[in-house]
Amino acid sequence: MTADRPMIATAPRRLLAVILAAFAALISGAVMFAAPAGAATDDIATDCMPDASTTCVSPIVLDEEHDPVPGVEVTIAGEGFEAVVTTTDEGPVSVTVPVRGTYTLTVNTDTLPADTHADPAEREVRAQTGSTARGAFTVGTGPAPSPEQTESETSAPAGDAGPGAEGAEGLVENDVNVSSFPSFGQIWQQVGSGLRFGLLLALASVGLSLIFGTTGISSFSHGEQVVIGAMGGFLLINRAGLPIWVAALLIIVIGGLTGLLQDVAIWRPLRRRGTPAAQLMLVTIGLSLALQYVLQWIEAGSMRIITSNPIPTTIAGITLSRASWISMAVALVVIIAIAVLLTKTRIGRAIRAVADNRALASATGIDPDAVVRIVWVSATGLAALAGLLIGISFGSFTWNLGVQLLLLMFAAVTLGGLGTAYGALVGSILIGLVVELAGLVIPSDVRYATALLILILVLLIRPQGILGSRERIG
Amino acid sequence: MEELLRVLTLALGELLAPATAAYALAAIGLNVHFGYTGLLNVGQAGFMLLGAYGFGISTIAGAPFWLALLVAMAAGTLFAVVLGLPTLKLRGDYLAIVTISAAEIIRMLGRSTLFDAQTGGSAGLRGGDYKGSFQDLSFLPDGRTMIGPLEYLNNGSDSWWTRLFAWSLVVLALLVVWLLTRSPWGRVLKGVREDEDAVRALGKSVYSYKMQALILGGVLGALAGIIYVLPGAIAPDAMGRTMTFWVWTVMLLGGAATLFGPVLGSMLFFFVYMIVRAGMRTDLMEFLPIPAKNVDHVAGVLVGVTLMLIVIFRPQGILGNKKELALDAR
Repeated sequence: MTADRPMIATAPRRLLAVILAAFAALISGAVMFAAPAGAATDDIATDCMPDASTTCVSPIVLDEEHDPVPGVEVTIAGEGFEAVVTTTDEGPVSVTVPVRGTYTLTVNTDTLPADTHADPAEREVRAQTGSTARGAFTVGTGPAPSPEQTESETSAPAGDAGPGAEGAEGLVENDVNVSSFPSFGQIWQQVGSGLRFGLLLALASVGLSLIFGTTGISSFSHGEQVVIGAMGGFLLINRAGLPIWVAALLIIVIGGLTGLLQDVAIWRPLRRRGTPAAQLMLVTIGLSLALQYVLQWIEAGSMRIITSNPIPTTIAGITLSRASWISMAVALVVIIAIAVLLTKTRIGRAIRAVADNRALASATGIDPDAVVRIVWVSATGLAALAGLLIGISFGSFTWNLGVQLLLLMFAAVTLGGLGTAYGALVGSILIGLVVELAGLVIPSDVRYATALLILILVLLIRPQGILGSRERIG
Repeated sequence: MEELLRVLTLALGELLAPATAAYALAAIGLNVHFGYTGLLNVGQAGFMLLGAYGFGISTIAGAPFWLALLVAMAAGTLFAVVLGLPTLKLRGDYLAIVTISAAEIIRMLGRSTLFDAQTGGSAGLRGGDYKGSFQDLSFLPDGRTMIGPLEYLNNGSDSWWTRLFAWSLVVLALLVVWLLTRSPWGRVLKGVREDEDAVRALGKSVYSYKMQALILGGVLGALAGIIYVLPGAIAPDAMGRTMTFWVWTVMLLGGAATLFGPVLGSMLFFFVYMIVRAGMRTDLMEFLPIPAKNVDHVAGVLVGVTLMLIVIFRPQGILGNKKELALDAR
């Protein structure tokens, strides 16, 4: 922090421009506001096999000897879905639910055998894609005990984060069996999931790394840029019914436009003033905050881009949905294209030159301003594409997806080497693999924590990352 | 007119609300990090959540109030050390990246099924389970008291006693920070912020000073977490990234590197925030095309835009000195 840095000039016109642009960027990312979707209750099959894209809920009613009790009606309700199933004595029944989320299972006490009660009578389960959420009830003899004394709670203080409260995780899928030692088949399947996650993550984090390399900003709003793409998919494909390819192109363009707008209205004027990177980072925090609320404003619940049932496809012993394989192929092609672009074309070389040494690049006739603008546009465009592909491959997502991805992207970019494009690719694939494989040995809802562990270890052992150079970190 | 008075009373209530005190205290801690030392901590909510858990879980386990308070402070210290060890020798961005990730991980672990027995999972901990030892400390007589337009119970969750305790803690923190920053120790901190190499040349260990600042601010954050959950419950999802960003807004609004900036920032922030939210719901604002259910979203967007504008146009905030705060933290 030096006191002799150029003073910040304040011009009212610029203020207005920034406010307008901030709003325009937000709104253009939002595309449109549509009415919430009605709760759709599909036909209910009582036999659900979880796969990469199916979510099952299964109530289990057992007597005191742990034998199934037949003929008990259980209501499954939640996420706009409701169904009543009747238990059989042949084993647990399960129901396909449309989206992952929290479901309440309620035992219809009238259908219980005489003079018995269910313990508990109501149970909440969290259903995750690719697994069966089981809710077990024990039927005991005698009347139900009086419910636990619950104390009424004063509501959270008025300053509570309110709608900003972080909800369930942005995306959760493939809950694999944790209890036993994983078999080779399970590991191989998770390697496949890890590669998928890694490739899609790479698509998003290349932009983050390029932005850091050319401007020095750790962009905290990059997670929201990814969600803009996913939400664009939800609005254009699910709501408006556009063909996927048309929508994908539109989403890339819209994503890129948000980057262009931001550069024109915010980043370029601030560059001209010589605003330090730390200050720019705080601006991205503000942007991230504003974008989060815009995204929740549009849709606060869980979203699906493609509503039809995914088609499981097995390649080399790995079963993923067909959409996932296509997404992986698209991501791979785009990543190779980026690599070729960065090494073979003038623009790509210019980007790398500016990232390497801005002053030197400027001296050789490269216009750093133009390069940075190209970087912002392509980074946000790629982020939007990544968001679309992630939203399609993982089934469903919420507005809160951004923070989770941001964490993983930061870990990936740091692991690979902050500011290097290839480092982001390598780091993302590694993080994707580690996170998915970690799901084999630890509960899947904390597997993202492994990314932080890697982040801290990398910083302790090799802070420049795998492909980074020593002088960047100091 | 009656409507206006109601909004104004609500907003006045926010000035003294425990949450306002919690944010003020968290911002005082962040001010030690960022304002005085130049550390970019983007995970203050993680410190707060850890403090809340430390207090809540140890109280439920049977610890007396003061011990629970110490447990929370120890949790904040430990968190600061774990985050500081790998990052404080590197450039400021790394601390930012690690803190935001770590705060998110704390929230994730808190709401996961792994520690369900201790943290209550995503449902959190009920306030009634851990508030008893705090409320027993109250020396106020039972009943209600009205001061000006504000009326609360003397004892209980959302009470005068909670407010008294919360703001006493804030005053105590202000005193500590004031004494420390005008001491030789505080001058070294500012030196670290201004020019690390110069401080190093004087034979001081920059790393150790940064670590001490990170711990001090983190402990204040943990205490703020306790205040935040005393009137309500511990809900991990309410103490995520958004909360961190709000603490930043509060601190930058009042003025980083100033003693009273965080307190002023917090009071002003929640006063205006309540006026905006309650105001948009009144009949006077019917011409605005904003449905009542989206008022909070609009207010949230405004907070984000405000943060951007403060950082761009007035990084020193209301009370700050522009020359002192050039915001080029390392």
